[in-house]
Amino acid sequence: MEKSLKKYFPLFVLPTFAAFVIGFIIPFGEGLYLSFCRFTTVDNAAWVGLSNYVRAFSDASFAYSFRFTVAFAAVSTLSINVLAFFIALALTRNIRGTNTFRTVFFMPNLIGGIVLGYIWQILINGLLSHLAQPLLALNTTAGYWGLILLMCWQQVGYMMIIYIAGLQNVPPELLEAAAIDGASPRQVLWRVKLPMVMPSVTICLFLTITNSFKLFDQNLALTGGDPNHATEMLALNIYNTFYARSGPQWKGIGQAKAVVFFILVVAIALIQLRATRSKEVQQ
Amino acid sequence: MKQRSAVRAPGLGWTIFFSVVSALYMYPIIMVLLNSFKEENAITTEGAFQLPTAATWAGLSNYVDAIASKGFLQSLGYSLFITVSSVALILLCCSMCAWYITRVHSLLSRLIYLLCVFSMVVPFQMVMFTLSQTADRLHLNTPWNICIIYLGFGAGLAVFMFSGFMKSIPLEIEEAATIDGCNPLQVYFHVVFPILRPTMISVGVLETMWVWNDYLLPTLVLNIKAYKTIPMLIQYFRGSFGRVEMGPMMACIMLTILPIVIVYLLCQRHIIKGVVAGAVKG
Repeated sequence: MEKSLKKYFPLFVLPTFAAFVIGFIIPFGEGLYLSFCRFTTVDNAAWVGLSNYVRAFSDASFAYSFRFTVAFAAVSTLSINVLAFFIALALTRNIRGTNTFRTVFFMPNLIGGIVLGYIWQILINGLLSHLAQPLLALNTTAGYWGLILLMCWQQVGYMMIIYIAGLQNVPPELLEAAAIDGASPRQVLWRVKLPMVMPSVTICLFLTITNSFKLFDQNLALTGGDPNHATEMLALNIYNTFYARSGPQWKGIGQAKAVVFFILVVAIALIQLRATRSKEVQQ
Repeated sequence: MKQRSAVRAPGLGWTIFFSVVSALYMYPIIMVLLNSFKEENAITTEGAFQLPTAATWAGLSNYVDAIASKGFLQSLGYSLFITVSSVALILLCCSMCAWYITRVHSLLSRLIYLLCVFSMVVPFQMVMFTLSQTADRLHLNTPWNICIIYLGFGAGLAVFMFSGFMKSIPLEIEEAATIDGCNPLQVYFHVVFPILRPTMISVGVLETMWVWNDYLLPTLVLNIKAYKTIPMLIQYFRGSFGRVEMGPMMACIMLTILPIVIVYLLCQRHIIKGVVAGAVKG
């Protein structure tokens, strides 16, 4: 069959492959090349070597948004996963109404980041005005915690679903054996359930860390980087370098930042996958 | 174990606790719903939590305004068309591609697979500028053909998930069909396609969630003056009508959320399955 199928390459693979070349490979290759160029459109690129990278690294706003993104990613990843895991634990114990609660917690995931951002902007600004605090446009601290709150609200449900699937796969014999051996509920949790759901933990950590680093829509809609770029994360910083600054040099610098950002995301994903995979137990 | 869990059966306390948490969880959406029925001048920063009163009740006028003069229906149409065409194209083309690369063992197959996996990790900012320029050059910048861009950029996840599932389909069924005289096209549509249904639903759910809510890609590729998808409309609302008209804005947000919630409640099982399948493969 393999031989006869081979003749069908144009029909089976070519449409996807052609679109993939247009939608990914060409833009990616061109993006790499242009990061070494000064340009305003793809057609007027002039080679400038590493100077875009030098300027990207000496751009204080880029370094700031990197630190802000790391601070955001660390806290949001931790809080999302802890909350999602404990909600999943509670909602796998046959509590009355479990299905309704799962439905409710998952719902925010389906709403787009732009819409979520505005909903929370209205809510947080309302709260801040009642507390007589400066509104989001002037309040870096509120912007930071607002982003964390928003991401928890959106992602806890998604991660909860993955943790629930993991917890339901723990063999009941194992829990019985632990109970017979006299393990306390806390020991069962830490010594049996948690090691058994490590694959889910790997996936959830991977998803939350990469989502946090790539966050754009929510950042744009909730704070827009205000006040004065103080809540601007990496993706928004790159976007603004491209589209919000005048001068022919900025597109090249933006593209260089994008390459650095890409390498950063890949590196984090690889390190994180390796670190948690080693903690998984063989089933 | 049975006895233990009977003794430690979680009681009514937990149900009450989670009911309260769930109500709080839904509050942001309920808040927007309540505000969408208020008069324009009653929707203020401080008054966001106030219920509409007889004096501030605006009825459905905000909704009428959103639909009549803010172009909500056009945006809904564009969003629907782009999502349906892109997802249909992705499901058909990527499943065919995935079948080919799992059944034909060649260097090219391996390469395509690896490139697909690689593309899933690349952040959009890396390609956003060059992608929009490529789309312009090839005139793929209207709602009618942007699905080709989505096919290209969404192929990674789809091919990856389909290939993962295809490896578990026994080859014998396909071989039997070949011996019975089917050509590969017939084998695919009569044998493989039906088996793929559950995976189709999972991939379809994930890709729909992505395309429907995507903001940056259509903003950069489409001409925003002529075509606005729903996320673009909501973002445009803030910048371009001078002072933000909060009433129609709230109505637009509700009109955006409502179909999503209805579809979710109807197809909840499939959506949750899709998410779990996507995560396990990821």
